[in-house]
Order: sequence, then structure tokens, then C-alpha cells
Amino acid sequence: MDAFLLQILNGLDKGSAYALIALGLTLIFGTLGVVNFAHGALFMIGAFCAVTLQRLLTLSYETVDPERTDFLGNPMTVETPYVEAWFGPATGGALVDWAVPLAIVLAIPVMMLVGFVMERGLIQHFYKRPHADQILVTFGLAIVLQEIVKAVYGANPIPTPAPSALRGSMDVGALVGMEAYAVVYPIWRLVYFVFAALVIGGVFAFLRFTTFGMVVRAGMADRETVGLLGIDIDKRFTLMFGLAAAVAGLAGVMYTPILSPNYHMGMDFLVLSFVVVVVGGMGSLPGAVLAGFLLGILQSFASMNEVKSLIPGIDQIIIYLVAIVILLTRPRGLMGRRGVMEE
Amino acid sequence: MTSRFTRRGLLKTGTAFTASGLALPTIFTSRASAFTNEPTGSSVVLGFNVPQTGAYADEGADELRAFELAVEHLNGEGDGGMLSTFSSDALGGDGILGKRVDFVTGDTQTKSDAARASAQSMIQKDGAIMISGGSSSGVAVAVQGLCQEAGVIFMAGLTHSNDTTGKDRKANGFRHFFNAYMSAQAMAPVLSSLYGDDRRAYHLTADYTWGWTQEESIAAATEALGWETVEKVRTPLGAGDFSSYIAPVLNSGADVLVLNHYGGDMVNSLTQAVQFGLKDRQANGKDFQIVVPLYSELMARGAGSAIAGIPGSQNWDWKLEDAGTQAFVQSFGQKYGFPPSQAAHTCYAQTLLYADAVARAGSFDPCAVVEALEDYDFDGLGNGPTTYRGADHQCFKDVVVVQGAEDPQDEFHLVDIVEVTPVDQVTYPPDHPMFAGGSLGECNPGA
Repeated sequence: MDAFLLQILNGLDKGSAYALIALGLTLIFGTLGVVNFAHGALFMIGAFCAVTLQRLLTLSYETVDPERTDFLGNPMTVETPYVEAWFGPATGGALVDWAVPLAIVLAIPVMMLVGFVMERGLIQHFYKRPHADQILVTFGLAIVLQEIVKAVYGANPIPTPAPSALRGSMDVGALVGMEAYAVVYPIWRLVYFVFAALVIGGVFAFLRFTTFGMVVRAGMADRETVGLLGIDIDKRFTLMFGLAAAVAGLAGVMYTPILSPNYHMGMDFLVLSFVVVVVGGMGSLPGAVLAGFLLGILQSFASMNEVKSLIPGIDQIIIYLVAIVILLTRPRGLMGRRGVMEE
Repeated sequence: MTSRFTRRGLLKTGTAFTASGLALPTIFTSRASAFTNEPTGSSVVLGFNVPQTGAYADEGADELRAFELAVEHLNGEGDGGMLSTFSSDALGGDGILGKRVDFVTGDTQTKSDAARASAQSMIQKDGAIMISGGSSSGVAVAVQGLCQEAGVIFMAGLTHSNDTTGKDRKANGFRHFFNAYMSAQAMAPVLSSLYGDDRRAYHLTADYTWGWTQEESIAAATEALGWETVEKVRTPLGAGDFSSYIAPVLNSGADVLVLNHYGGDMVNSLTQAVQFGLKDRQANGKDFQIVVPLYSELMARGAGSAIAGIPGSQNWDWKLEDAGTQAFVQSFGQKYGFPPSQAAHTCYAQTLLYADAVARAGSFDPCAVVEALEDYDFDGLGNGPTTYRGADHQCFKDVVVVQGAEDPQDEFHLVDIVEVTPVDQVTYPPDHPMFAGGSLGECNPGA
């Protein structure tokens, strides 16, 4: 039972990242009809928003402490962050400590802007081109963005820790009446799951309960008719691209304490997220979220030693096997609509 | 009279010509020199092939710094570093045999194919006469094989698999770094005194040659103490998120987690294991423990507070107090502002050892270099008296056992030296079962 609960938690945690990225991918595909292979790069840029804020908050001035010596025996140079000098050690230290959650504030406008520039500057020219052209150009764009980040931040992963208060683990088993320490789980991973649920809920509420969202949903269902009604659907879709970029970026920001950011982290998630989108059903937002969590949990169960001893390597291929089975039995995916990606 | 040239005939001839060209690249067939890339001008080119991207990129960056420093010292620039403490006086700061040392670099990407392509390019296009570098045993074994075929010397950088000087040993390849067997032999007594002889161990292992031999070595050594091995689980190199591998540990009945990971993988797996509360856990009535058989300060820096109290082994540590270490740390620290890693140290030492062997042999001929290095005893390079054993081209020296500092005094004092295990305790016969199945073969001068 405890192993079961642990794998469910693990699956929800993985599924959160898959669902957030797949949600953005589906938003872009559903609104603009673009297969965006640069979406993983947006996840990566989001992660580097957290790195950037961490670096800004730790910009320091140097003083020499004659009482202490460095590893060469010279008087030690001590670095003090400017924020600690300006706001005092307690407040300044807390700002540095909470850099990752604070980066959300930075990431939202930055990612909206990146999404806007990407869509207006490049992707809009490929709306009427075949999907193969879109894949090529967005994949190329992803490589360019990766190389820019690599040139600026280097090739090595950059440790970006969670706030110290959220670094430990929580006795989840005790919360559900199990014996103490039967199921402990990292607090930050639970935070990530709650955060993902809030973002997903927010996006759905936005599309469901606002006039803007209603128009976008109508446009996703029948773009031509909405246009004939005199609504500038393109402008709204551009904004949706920005929103999708922000969702991917936020997923990246909050993922940094789980996996130290590096320039190719987006590519690692991209392929899996596309499988998630296809399994969920092209263009279906609930399908993307459902498939994200479902595949995350399946992958987690497949990594149990009992399962791997029966079928070695199953944890590496389970997602693709399930994708094949679902596409054979339900060619439009779990919640795909008739007419999407069909001639 | 009709022409005997036909389209089919031309294709056949062309295919055969192309195939013969592919099968015998000029690098292996040229007969213009006595040996591959024989230096004829006033300089000699060394090739440094390190991971600049991938899971071991941190180590690669430090290796490059050390190579650059070694070349400076060989050319008589800087403070000379360990040249002043090296037991051999064959090097005089005038390059190698009077030729100025130049170098080229390549990115192995921590992938065997990329590393071979990079090394081949350095040999063929840049005229490198020696290749050095490493940080992945899979890469080291692949590049060592290429150097053997090409007729150049391979001075391995950081490579810890038993196979490098075991079943995959080559006459043209030499390893200064210690190996997985030595780590296990050095660590076993320390683990026994720290955690006792009644333990149940769960292994997470990087799924390639290094991980396999590391797992085999440490499992054998701990089982000899009386420990039981509960499970051995292989993880892909560069997995990133190890949570799905760590979660099953919690309910496995194990009370020790052995992380046979290195570099970025170790940073991620250890950090995540600590996040899962393993260090605060009790199992079988004992405190749960984590062991990292191969350690480095670079990894300790990446893992932060997670490494506190975790034991491991190193080839060398900058806090050793011998004259060679002090000279190297002074030199490296002045140039780069922080102490060198063990990866940097072994690459620096290997470059000096190659240059010294050429100088003693009086020739760049790979076979003369091999002869000069085999069964060579030296000192002053940071590990105390050391022997390059002729039977397998493995260096034998003391091994450092360390433990993550509980309360580091600064960002560089991240591990404490627990013990320096004498060389006798980690020495093994060349035909030991963990190293069996290989043969050095004949040295190949190429050309």
C-alpha cells in the first residue's frame, strides 16, 4: 500500500510537468494549428528566468576579511549580496532564499513577450504552410534558443535550490493514517503538483468563464465562422500563444529545484509531451491534462522493481507502448475531436 | 570498337574504390613518417578531448584548465607547478625535446561516437601526437581503442572503470587515475568502522562500463564484510530525474543506498535521495546511510548540503599536504581562483608524465614512450610514490577516503579526508578476475 501511494505521488509529480507542457502545446495547436517544436525551449527559458533572478539577487560586492584566510593562505575575500546590504541580512537573505518562487513574477511578462515575439516574428509566416514546414522551423528555432542560452549561461547544469523551508520531506503516509515514515515525499514536489493544478485550473477557468476565453474556444471550434462574425481572432490567438508560452515558462521556473536547469532540458521533455498531446487527442485541452497525469503515473508504476523484473526496461518504453495501443484503439486519442488533424 | 566503360562497371569500380578508401583511411596507411604525426617543425601538438557538454561537463571544464596549465609549465611559463617537485628532472621548461607544446581541444559530449570523431579529427587534421582526457570510462575505452589503431599515445584522464586497464587495456593507453576495485578496497574498512558489518545495501548504478565495474567492486568488497546486497538497479546516464529510481528504495528493506553515479548524475541522484528523506530515515533499527564510492569536490559543490557526512573515495584531494600537491594547488589557484579537482590533477599529471617519458626516451615514437612509461617509478606528483605497472598500464598509489563536511568552513572545504589508504591495500594482480579477459597487445607506432 505504501509503495502504491508513493508511486501515485511520483506519477502525479511527473505528470504535472507533462500536463503543463502538453497544455501549452495543445493551446497553440488548437488555436493556431501550429505544431510547435520550440515549446520545450519555452520550458527551458522559463527555468532560466529563475536562474537569472537568482543571479540578480546574489549580485555581490567584495570585502576583504583579514581575520580569515582563503585556500591559498591569502586574506579571504567575502562576497555580500547587495540585497542584504540594502534590506538587511534577514530580508535580503529571505529574498535570495525564495528566488525560485519569486521568479514567477519575472517569468510571466518575460514569457508572454517571448511568445509574442516568436509568434509575430516567425511563426505567423508559417500558418498556411504544411505541418512538416512548421515542425522544421520551430525545431530550428528551438536549437537556436538552446544555443543562445548555452552561450550566455554555459553548458553545465546550474543548481537552483528551493526555499530552505520547502527543501525537506513530508510524512504523507501519516496524513492518510499510515504508520510514521511509511511514505515520505519531498515537499517541493508536492508544491509543484499543487502549483500545476492551480495553473491548469486557472487556464481552464480563463477559457471557460471570460468572454475572451469564450471567443477563443469558439475560434478553436470554427475559426472561419468566428472571423465572419467580425471578431479579430488572429489577435486573440497571438495572445493565446503568449499565454501558452507563459504556462510552459512557469512549469520551467518551478521545476528548477527538481532538476538543475541546463540548456537542453526542454528537448528532454518535448518528445514526451508530444506523445502526451497525441494520446490525449490533438487539440483537446482536457485530453492533454488527463494524458499527462495518466502517462506520468504509468511511467512511475513501470519503474517499480517488481514490474521491471518481469519486463526489463519497461520504464523506458511504457509511454510509447501505451501511445501505440491507444492510437490503435482510439486513433483520435483519449479525448480527440473529429476533424482535427484529419483531411 | 565499342567502349568497355559501362555505367554498371563504373559504379562497381567507384564503389570498390570508395570502400577501400573507407576501410583504410590515410591515417593508418601513410608511410611518409616513422610514426603517426611525427613532429617535424618547431612545435608538437597534443590533443585534449574532454566532455564540454553532458553529465560530466564540470569535470571536463576543470580538466581543460589543468591541461592549459600543464602546457604553460612545459613551455617554461608560469611558476612551473609540479615540475619543481616531480622526481624526474628530464623536463626543463623548454617544451618537449626542445619543441614548443601546442594543443587542440575537442568536446566528447560524454558520448563514445562523438569522442572518437573528435579524437580522430585531432589526430588527422591537427596532427596530435598524444590524446588525453576523459570523465567517462565508456568514452575513455572507445578513444583508447582509436588511439591504439591510429598509433598515438592515449593518456587517460578521469576514467574509473576496471575495464580501462582490465579487459579493454591497450598497449598505447595509460591510466594515472585509480579504479573501481581500488575504491572498493579502500572504502570497505572505512564503511565497516562507520556503519558496522550487518547492513543491507541497495545499489543505483549508471548503466555503462564504469557503473557496472563500480557496482561489482563495491558489492564484492561490502559482501566480504558481511553486508547483504538487496537490489542492483541500473539507471541511464544523464537520467536527470532519479525520483522513480529512489522511491522504490524506501520500502526495499535496505538500510544503505550505494550511488554508483558520478558528475551531474551523482549531484541529481544524491540531492533527490536527500529530498526523499533517506538521510533522516531509520531502517532495520539503524540510521539509513548513503554511500558514494567515487567522489569529487566538484560534485560536492553541486550537491551542496546534501553531501554532509556521505563517505566516498578520491584519487587525490587538494588538501593533501605533500609538496607536489601544494605546488599544484598554488599554481592552479593563482591562475583560476579556486582549488583544482581530482579530474584536473590527473590530467595535469598525465600531461607531465607523457612529456617526461618522451624526454627520457629521447623520442616521440609511441613505442619508445610506452617503454619509458612501463614499470616507471616516480614521486612528487601529489600521490606519493607511484608506479606505472607495465603489465596493464595502471598507476598504483595511495587512495584517499573522504566524507562530506558537516560544517564546511568555506565553499572549497566541502569534504574531509578520513583516511589515506596505503597502496599495498589496493594493489591486485594483473590477472585478477575483475580485470581479466584483456591483453595489452603490441604497441602501435602507426604511420
